[in-house]
Amino acid sequence: MNKCVERLYNGLIKENPTFVLTLGMCPTLAVTTSAINGIGMGLSSTVVLVMSNLMISLLRKIIPDGVRMPAFIVIVASFVTMVQFLMQGYLPSLYDSLGIYIPLIVVNCIILGRAEAYASKNPVLPSAFDGLGMGLGFTCAITILGAVRELIGAGTILSTGSSALVTIPESVYTPASIFILAPGAFFVLAMCIAIMNKIKAKHGMEPAQVPDYCSKDGSCDSCANTMCGGKAFAEEKKQA
Amino acid sequence: MNLLIIAIGAALVNNVVLSQFLGLCPFLGVSKKINTAAGMGGAVIGVITISSAICSLIYDFILVPLDLTYLNTIVFILVIAALVQFVEMFLKKTSPALYEALGVYLPLITTNCAVLGIALTNVQNGYNFIESVVAGFGTAVGFTIAIVIMAGIRERIEFNDVPESFQGMPIVLLTAGLMSIAFFGFAGIL
Repeated sequence: MNKCVERLYNGLIKENPTFVLTLGMCPTLAVTTSAINGIGMGLSSTVVLVMSNLMISLLRKIIPDGVRMPAFIVIVASFVTMVQFLMQGYLPSLYDSLGIYIPLIVVNCIILGRAEAYASKNPVLPSAFDGLGMGLGFTCAITILGAVRELIGAGTILSTGSSALVTIPESVYTPASIFILAPGAFFVLAMCIAIMNKIKAKHGMEPAQVPDYCSKDGSCDSCANTMCGGKAFAEEKKQA
Repeated sequence: MNLLIIAIGAALVNNVVLSQFLGLCPFLGVSKKINTAAGMGGAVIGVITISSAICSLIYDFILVPLDLTYLNTIVFILVIAALVQFVEMFLKKTSPALYEALGVYLPLITTNCAVLGIALTNVQNGYNFIESVVAGFGTAVGFTIAIVIMAGIRERIEFNDVPESFQGMPIVLLTAGLMSIAFFGFAGIL
């Protein structure tokens, strides 16, 4: 049971997929125009993550090593299609506002990354919890981003179209709509990561996380983890 | 004329990276040097153009007649994964020099969401075969423009004194945000 709790903590904080590993950037920036969209996207990704981790962990001894990537992709794509239909049927307004980004959950690197790095090597229960932790970490991160963008860009929090949790009247604050548009996404995420870096530096925490998929041969030019910036490789070389 | 509007719209006005947020992983990860960025752009142009052609044919002639359109996500991602493998094998045999240059980027392209994104938007917009190919090509050119400009700026940032908390990802994201504002200017073209 301890292992499951440890996986949850790992996904939520230690290896938070958005703020620490900077994985899955496309949906993070694209759908966070409001907090509701963030929650919707985060929870649907969580469902896919848990289900696909579960399935891949169950099948880990059956899938031959040579075709494991295509096999993982088919499993993930099937769950994404199911989630897409369920959402279309029960939450049509959310389905419309997330649009093309729902089928694109298939290529979210968090999901394939967890399948490859964890679920294909570990028993079923920890794998499911790993998926849950990562998914919830992702959900929290993009809900925070969505809430900040919504607050600055539209002057509301958790607006559902007709009603909102908090609404700042126009007379007090004029919304800067650029934060709802594309550039705002980049600015808010940049600020969030900079604040995270600041906090980490203050507490003397290690700024770089070695990504699971690091090839450790110095081929950093083709690696997507810009937070690491070759530090993992440098560390490795120092120890050798 | 219609085709020209589709191409310019895909390349500049609705730039795939800066306004639709597709293909951000390579955009942020492989934009440290202009050379590698241009290599990645070249590989993406090839793969997106071919994959949007093949996905459009498969959708029109297999999925629609058999009434299987709901399977499009699964089919498209498999087609793209297989295609990337074939392109890799083909380049290895026919043009080792090109393979040397693009080889490392090809496996990364499978998980580039721009490729799947374009295939799906083509279907959503109801584009025919020619329109799909033009939209795919235009999008990939837009991606290349964005990533090469970004790499150029990042090569300059190397020499600047960036505050410690902003080093790495944050300054790159801020740059991308400013580029995104600049690309808004193209909205007046169409």
